[in-house]
Amino acid sequence: MYEGPVQDLIDELGRLPGIGPKSAQRIAFHLLAAEPADVTRLQEVLQRVKEGVRFCDVCGNVSEEERCRICRDARRDPTVVCVVEEPKDVLAVERTREFKGRYHVLGGALDPLSGVGPDQLRIRELLARIGSEDVREVILATDPNTEGEATATYLVRMLRDFPGLSVTRLASGLPMGGDLEFADELTLGRALSGRRAV
Amino acid sequence: MSLYRDTGVVLRVQKLGEADRIITLLTRRHGKVRAVAKGVRRTTSRFGARLEPFGHVDVQFHTGRTLDVVTQVQTLDAFGAGLVGDYSRYTAACAVLETADRLTLDEGEPALRLYLLVVGALRALSGRERDPSLVLDAFLLRAMAFAGWAPALAECARCGLPGPHGSFSVPAGGSVCAGCRPAGSARPAGETLRLLDALLHGDWETAEAVGQPARREGSGLVAAHLQWHMERQLRSLPLVERRAAATGGRRPVEHAATGDRTPSADMV
Ligand SMILES: [Zn+2]
Ligand SMILES: [Zn+2]
Repeated sequence: MYEGPVQDLIDELGRLPGIGPKSAQRIAFHLLAAEPADVTRLQEVLQRVKEGVRFCDVCGNVSEEERCRICRDARRDPTVVCVVEEPKDVLAVERTREFKGRYHVLGGALDPLSGVGPDQLRIRELLARIGSEDVREVILATDPNTEGEATATYLVRMLRDFPGLSVTRLASGLPMGGDLEFADELTLGRALSGRRAV
Repeated sequence: MSLYRDTGVVLRVQKLGEADRIITLLTRRHGKVRAVAKGVRRTTSRFGARLEPFGHVDVQFHTGRTLDVVTQVQTLDAFGAGLVGDYSRYTAACAVLETADRLTLDEGEPALRLYLLVVGALRALSGRERDPSLVLDAFLLRAMAFAGWAPALAECARCGLPGPHGSFSVPAGGSVCAGCRPAGSARPAGETLRLLDALLHGDWETAEAVGQPARREGSGLVAAHLQWHMERQLRSLPLVERRAAATGGRRPVEHAATGDRTPSADMV
């Protein structure tokens, strides 16, 4: 334990995702030794991000205005909505340059072990959106892990009663560059059930 | 450097640093074990999805200074694959994992019976034959019995008078006779208590003959009894999707009762 503000800083940093006690300590002492101007800049960016960045009213992505850049863009196809867990997933899909539709950010995945159920995510907003906008296809792009799969299962059940709506799931299978014999059972199972004619 | 090997069920995973995870397993011989799986979040990880929650695995550990390290994993049963495709079963299975985690306080203390019970419950849930709600309640009752606080069902919790009795009090420890009955006791249907007794003893024939109202009431009693004995509320239990079994119905019917939102509010 260090004294006063140093320990407070270590504690605060340690609460950030992916930062353990050792990294928190390393960052704290880095900041302690840094130039005052550098620390001020960091401080200002932190403040700006909390004050100036909000979530898009339509899709839930991070935005500087009421509606995000993608929701405002008239060239984006409003009939196709890609559902993702986090804003960083929007960036990941955007980087492919394959997708011309719009997004819906859930804010996480259904994870009862962490106390996250349907009411904690932006699922009601998604259903309202599909009910009121002219959406014809929903692409479920939740993470290919246990919670992401369960979330997709839940959404499929909620979406299948909308007339004329097609619901698709991102294909998921074997990572490129690997050997089949090393694939685990879940991944191989998904790859098998999602196989396609060639 | 010392290595050991065991079979276990993945109860929980937590992110650690950039690409690692801390995996909590309930093992056959070493009880609860927390170990680091290095690089498991990278898509190229040789562990793949084997160390996801619900995985029943054969693991080799390397004893570390603070946490042990996973060095090899083989899947025995990929229960997760059967669970994530059915939301009711997934939520029930989450409650199984959280309960098992919370009932094993000390790492390394053998918990063979609980381990076998968890594997059995996950097998039944992913097998999709039995009503997930019944499987969960059977698991919870038996897990509570291992912990030494199963509700009294066939006799009075206070004086031991053989029953069946018409009243049920969570604080008193289960069903209570007319003489011991504390104020505010619930009055569950006789069929409900018979259901719980059947679930506790693995009598599936009797349990599955019981109708929905008694199943619902039974789930409420089990949840209230469990929460009463837990120091902190279970996060997953209120999120368990309980729905009418065998109707093939699409619509979720209701969520499980929590300790503070029980079907009969005067029960606790
Ligand atoms: Zn938007
Ligand atoms: Zn009595």
